Amino acid sequence: MNTATATRYAYYPGCSLTGTASEYDASVRLVLERLGVELAEIPGWTCCGASAAPAVSALLALALPARNLALAERDLPGCDVLAPCSACYLNLLTARQEARRDHRLHARVQEALEGEHLPWANAAPVRHLLDVLANDIGPARIAAAAQRPLAGLVLAPYYGCQTLRPYAAFDDPEHPTSMDAVLRAAGAEVLEWDKGARCCGASLSTTRRQAALPRIAEILRAAAGADAVVTVCPMCQMNLEAFQRQAGLPGPVAVLYLSQVLGLAMGLDPGQVQLGRNLAVPPGFLARLREVPPAPGEVVQATGTG
Amino acid sequence: MTRSPLTLAADPALADAMREVRAMLAACMQCGTCSASCPNAQSMDMTPRRMWRLVLLGRADTVFSSGAFWMCSNCYACTLRCPRGLPLTSAMNALKRIAGASGHPALARHGAFYRAFLDNVRRRGRVRETEMMMRYFGAAGPREALRFTPLGLRMLRRGKVRLELGAGRWDTALAPLFESAARLEGKEARP
Ligand code: SF4
Ligand code: SF4
Repeated sequence: MNTATATRYAYYPGCSLTGTASEYDASVRLVLERLGVELAEIPGWTCCGASAAPAVSALLALALPARNLALAERDLPGCDVLAPCSACYLNLLTARQEARRDHRLHARVQEALEGEHLPWANAAPVRHLLDVLANDIGPARIAAAAQRPLAGLVLAPYYGCQTLRPYAAFDDPEHPTSMDAVLRAAGAEVLEWDKGARCCGASLSTTRRQAALPRIAEILRAAAGADAVVTVCPMCQMNLEAFQRQAGLPGPVAVLYLSQVLGLAMGLDPGQVQLGRNLAVPPGFLARLREVPPAPGEVVQATGTG
Repeated sequence: MTRSPLTLAADPALADAMREVRAMLAACMQCGTCSASCPNAQSMDMTPRRMWRLVLLGRADTVFSSGAFWMCSNCYACTLRCPRGLPLTSAMNALKRIAGASGHPALARHGAFYRAFLDNVRRRGRVRETEMMMRYFGAAGPREALRFTPLGLRMLRRGKVRLELGAGRWDTALAPLFESAARLEGKEARP
């Protein structure tokens, strides 16, 4: 994809980021601004259908995300669409890929959008936040912005499913590594583990709670050697942090958004990345953060030359 | 395996829909890679491999009285690994759709959350999570609501619950799309 130099993206926050995951939205906006990337929110965006639409209507499962791609194409021409939520990302990407593969399907979705005179050429590429951070912005620019590297902090990169599968757009779908370099650029150590691509149970935590708990326990137990698990999806985040006690974990495990971690490394304080909204931040974690020594660059920043 | 008291196989609409799923799975060679890859197989009362076999044999009644497909969390591990490249996650979703649309309360029960969610999308344009959960509890019953109360309170304390009342800015945004989708899918547009 010829997007390596793009600095402006059509931003699709998705419903969760306007509600329960507003700390993800706030930290994404702050961090990308610091990295010199412009986010233009897609005007009038609507829900992508989440995991519900495919279970109810095959056409809406494609037309709901396609509507947002059509809006981006019309109002922010030439921009890649950036989604921080993996479920939104996959719905948008599925609409794009399936319509490219099957022209009759593309025509059917176009017909559904005709009611509001919204043409859809399927021109805008769909990108996950992690893809943009790892591949467009890249570790070098992230390291340069990390005034307060998280030295000594061990982080477990958790990708979840819908970031990686089924399209394998930017990483290995079974053994992903794209987050490693991003976390190292923030100064952190990366936990070696094999649960980063394992399913958290997704909406089963709501529809069949007992089935989701073993998934959650398996992932969090494997992260025992880390100070925090790092997520790139509000659904994974909620599952991993909200049901820890029911899953039988002995104590709280910090589960942070990648953008919160990067924000902390860039010298934002816990309040700015809204750590107070996370449900499971053990007191020890904040203490560990304070142990991170300020980098020399921070003194320069503090005297106002930054 | 207990057989459903509902005579599902006799339902012509169901038989039609099942033909579509059968076509998706026709090339299955019963290797079991899907079952071995599925993180939720232990919670299903029949493995994905066995379910595909029953679908191919036309045993709709057995498939739907099991409901194992409701345990699929859309992780795409099976779709990625199936040596025949079959769209297995899509097949799971197709079975959820068929069960939900069947009109049989026993089959549709587990789809209540998805329907509450999509109904909120239709009415609000952007999902209002709190309102959506309230409606879901209305459909699923007080026990389900109680199960969520502790989490709800923790989220409330963290400022994660936003109670939005009244009309919203995006309420009508998706009405045209839901109407044309319903028309194209041959259903009556809902009021
Ligand atoms: S992995 Fe594919 S071919 Fe093998 S049993 Fe499952 S569906 Fe059939
Ligand atoms: S997509 Fe569904 S059926 Fe396939 S492996 Fe994942 S949970 Fe199991």
